[in-house]
Amino acid sequence: MSFPKGVIGNPVFQLFQKTGSPIESFGDDPLFARAHRRPLNADPFRYKPGVTSRQVKRRVAVAINNCEISVDISFDSTYLILASAFIMAVSGVPCILAGAVAGQRIAMLLTMLASIAGEYAAVSILFFNASTTAYSVELPQPFGEAAFTVDNLSLLFLLPLYLVVFCAAIYSPAYWPARKKRGATRLTIFTGLFAASMIAVTIARNGVLFLMAWEVMAISAYFLLTADQQNQETERSGRVYLIATHFGTMALLIMFALLCAITGTFDFPPRCSLALASPYSTAIILAALFGFGGKAGLMPMHFWLPGAHAGAPSHISAMMSGLMLKMGIYGILRVLTFFNLLPPWVGWTFLILGAWSAVGGIAVAAAQRDLKRLLACSSIENVGIIFTGIGMSLVGMQIHSQLLIICGLTGAFIHVINHSLFKSLLFMGSGVIIHGAGTREIDLLGGVARRMPVASALFLAGTIAICGFPPLNGFIGELYLYAGAIQDGISNPLPLTAVVAPLLALVGGVAAITFVKLYGIVFLGQPRSDRGAGSHEAPLQMTVPIMILAFACLFFGLYPVALVRLVSPAVISTAALSAETFDMVSSVVPLAPVMLANGLLILLGLFTGYLYLLKLKKEPCEKNSTWGCGYPARTPRMQYTGTSFSGLIVSQLGTFVSSSKVSPDMHGDLLPAKASFAYEATETVLNQILTPLFRWTGWGFSYLRRIQHGQLQVYILYIIATLFTLMLWRGR
Amino acid sequence: MNTFADQLLVLVMLINLVMLGTSRLLFSIRAVAVQGVILGLLPGLVHPFSLHLAAIMTVVIIVKGIVIPYFIGDAVHKARIRREVEPFIGYVPTLVLGAVFTALSFAFAEKLPLAPEHEELLFVPASMATLLTGFLILTTRRKAISQVIGYLVMENGIFVFGLLLTEAMPAMVEAGVLLDLLVGIFVMGIVINHISREFSSIDTSRLRALKEE
Repeated sequence: MSFPKGVIGNPVFQLFQKTGSPIESFGDDPLFARAHRRPLNADPFRYKPGVTSRQVKRRVAVAINNCEISVDISFDSTYLILASAFIMAVSGVPCILAGAVAGQRIAMLLTMLASIAGEYAAVSILFFNASTTAYSVELPQPFGEAAFTVDNLSLLFLLPLYLVVFCAAIYSPAYWPARKKRGATRLTIFTGLFAASMIAVTIARNGVLFLMAWEVMAISAYFLLTADQQNQETERSGRVYLIATHFGTMALLIMFALLCAITGTFDFPPRCSLALASPYSTAIILAALFGFGGKAGLMPMHFWLPGAHAGAPSHISAMMSGLMLKMGIYGILRVLTFFNLLPPWVGWTFLILGAWSAVGGIAVAAAQRDLKRLLACSSIENVGIIFTGIGMSLVGMQIHSQLLIICGLTGAFIHVINHSLFKSLLFMGSGVIIHGAGTREIDLLGGVARRMPVASALFLAGTIAICGFPPLNGFIGELYLYAGAIQDGISNPLPLTAVVAPLLALVGGVAAITFVKLYGIVFLGQPRSDRGAGSHEAPLQMTVPIMILAFACLFFGLYPVALVRLVSPAVISTAALSAETFDMVSSVVPLAPVMLANGLLILLGLFTGYLYLLKLKKEPCEKNSTWGCGYPARTPRMQYTGTSFSGLIVSQLGTFVSSSKVSPDMHGDLLPAKASFAYEATETVLNQILTPLFRWTGWGFSYLRRIQHGQLQVYILYIIATLFTLMLWRGR
Repeated sequence: MNTFADQLLVLVMLINLVMLGTSRLLFSIRAVAVQGVILGLLPGLVHPFSLHLAAIMTVVIIVKGIVIPYFIGDAVHKARIRREVEPFIGYVPTLVLGAVFTALSFAFAEKLPLAPEHEELLFVPASMATLLTGFLILTTRRKAISQVIGYLVMENGIFVFGLLLTEAMPAMVEAGVLLDLLVGIFVMGIVINHISREFSSIDTSRLRALKEE
C-alpha cells in the first residue's frame, strides 16, 4: 500500500499535472475552462491540482471500494494501464447521459486521454524499466483471484493497441457523426468497451477473467460490426461472426478447464511449468489452436473474417483487423509459454497453417472486388505470415537453432506491430474513400487520386508498406523471416524451413499484384461510375489519424532499430534467451545497410520528384488528343477493371480461391444483344463446407422437433419419466 | 401423536386416489381443500406448540383450505364446466396407476438414506405419492382447471416433504411457496379465462395449435 517516494517527481504525476494544467492557466476564461474541464472531470482517477498525494490515494481506494473489491494500490505503470482500460470502458457512458452528439466528443477526448496515458505507461515500462506490479482483485468464488500483470508479451500487443485506438478515437466522430447517422451511441459505447476488453485480455492472468474479457471483446465487436443496421449483408456476416466466435470460445472454455484440471486453479500457470507429458497437453494445444487461431483468422477458420471486417464501420474494421486478430495471436503465444517443451508437430503445424493462410489469404484477396473485403482477406495473409514466423521459431526450438528462434519470433513480432499500423491505415483510408465516393466496389471507382490527393498519398504509403517493399516498415518484418530462412538454408543439412523463403516471395508477389490492382483501379484512371466521380476530400479529422499511422510506418521503415528495440524484450522473454544472444544472433540481419538504403531510396524519390516538377514548370504540358488506336470514342468503361486486372493471377491460384462467373453467351447473331457479366469471389470454406454442413445438421435435428409438439400433458410426462429414471438410478 | 400424524398422512394418500378417480371438478376441488386443511393440521402434530406455529397453521389452513379452492371454484363457475370429460387415460386405469405409484414411492422411500428419526414415519412415501399423483393428474387430464388442481396436489406433496426438513418450520420458505402458488393460481385463472374466451374451450390439448410450424 505504500506510495513510492517523491510522488510529485514521479513521471506519472507529471503527466497528470500536464493534462490538468489547462484548467489552471485558462481558469479566467469560462468557455475554455468548461471545454477542458468536462471530459477531465469524468475521469475518476484524475489528479486534481491542489490535491495531495494522500487524498489521491484515498480517492482511488474509495472509487474501487464502491465496486466492493479491494485492490493493493500504488501508482505505477500497471496501474496506469488498468486505469486507462477503465476509462475506455466507461468512455461511452456520457453518450447515455449527455446525448449522442456531446457524448461522442466526450468519449473521443476520454479515449484519447486514456490511450496517451496507456501508451506512456507502456513505453515507460519498455524503455525506462518502470516498475510493474502484479495486481489481484478478490472476486467471489469460484473465480479465484482476478490477477493482472503486465509483462513483455503483453506490452508488445499493448503498444500498437493504444496508438490505433487513439487514431480511431479521432477518426470516429468524423466518420460516423452522431448528428447524421443513427447508431452513434451504440458505436461509441461499444468502441470503448471493445478497446478496454482488449487491454484486459492482454493483462489478465486468470483463466476466468481472461474468458470474461474475451467474451466482452467478442460481443462488443459483434455490436460494432452490425452498427449499420439497414444492411442485410452486414446482418448475415454478423451472425456468421457470432457463431464462429462462440465456437472459438467453446474451445477456449475446454482449454481452460483442462488447464485447471492439471494445475488445480484457474490462474495462469507460470512460464514453462507444464511438462509435455502432463495429461491433456495435446488437447490443450489443439483447443488453443482452434480457439485462438479462429479469432486470429487462421485458415481454415477464417471464414467469418472477410464479411465481418467489410461490413463494419471503417475505424472498427481497423481496430478489428489491426488489434482483435492480434489477440488470437497473443492468446496462442501465451498458452505456448506455459509448456516447457513442445512436441515436434506443433512447430510444423504452425508453419504449415501459417503458410497456407499466407498464400490462400492473398489469393482470396486478389479475387475480391470489394475494397474492404480485399483488405480483410489480406489480413488473413498477414496473420499467416505471423504464424509462419512463430512456427519457424518453434521448429528452431526443436532443432536447437537460435537463429531460427530469434529470426522467426522477431519477424513475427515486428509484423504484429507493422500489420496493426498499416492495416489500420488502409482501413481508415478506405473509410475516407467510402465517405467521399459512397461505394466500396473497386470496379465502380477510379481517378480518386485527382479528387483526394492527400488521402491517395497516404493510402499509397499503406499499400507500399503492406506489400513489404522498402523503404516502409512492412519490409523489416519480412526481412527477418527471409534472413532466418535463407541462413537456415545455407547452414542446415536438411533445410526444411528454407521453404519459407520462396513461399514468402510468392506471397509478396501476389500481394504486389493485389495492391497494384487496388491502388491502380481505385486511384488512377478515370471514374468508372457517377459515384466515383462525385468523391471529395475528407475532413482533417479523418486524415490526421491516417497521417499519424503513415508517419509511424515511415519512421519504422527508416529507423528499424526502434522497431527491433520494441520487440526485443518480448522475444527475449518468450524464447528465454539472454540479451547478448539476441544481439549476437540478430546481427545476421543487416539493419544499418537497410537503413542507409531506405534513406537513399527516399532521397532518390524526392529528388526525382523535384526534377519532374522542375521539368513540368519549364515545359508546361499541352493538352492534346492522343492517337486513338482505332477507337476514337473511348469511354471510362473501357478501362481495365479490377476483376480483369487480377483475372489471370486468380485463374492461376484456382486451388485457393473460387469464384462464380456469369458470362454472357457470345455466340449468335452478328450484332450481339445487350448482355451482362457478373463476377463474385466466393468463400470456399463458408459456402461449400460450412453452409451445407449446417443445413444437414438442421435437417437432422428437425427430427428432434417431433418431440416438441405442443402437447402440454406429454411434456409433463417427459418430466415424470426423467424423475422416474433418476429415482430408479439413485434408488438402486 | 406420531401415529395420529401417520393416520392423517394415510388420509392424504387416500384423497389422492379420490382425486384420480373422480370426474367431477367441484368434487376434486373440495378434496384438495380437505387435503390442504389436513396438511395445515400436520405441523401442529409433529412440532412442539408455539405461537409462531399456530400462526403458520392458521395461514396454511386459510390459504390451502379456503382461498385457493374458492378461486378455482370461481374459475369453474365462470368457465361453465362441470366435469372433466374424456381424459387421456380413463379413470380406472389412472386409479390403478396412482396405486402403483403409491406403492413405488413406499419402495423408493425404503431406499433413501434418511435420518433415523424419520425412517419410521410415513412422511417421505406420502410426499412422494402426492407428488406423483400431481404429475399423474397433470399428464392425464385435458382441462386447464384440472391442470391447476394437479399443480396444487404437487405443491401439497412438496409441503409434506418440507415438514420433515426442519425442527421449526422455515416460515419464510413456506410463505414464499404459498405466495408463488397464489400468483400461479391467479395467472392460471387469468389464462383460463382468456383461453375460454378466445377459443370457447379450455382444452389444453388444443394449445398445440399455437406451435410454430
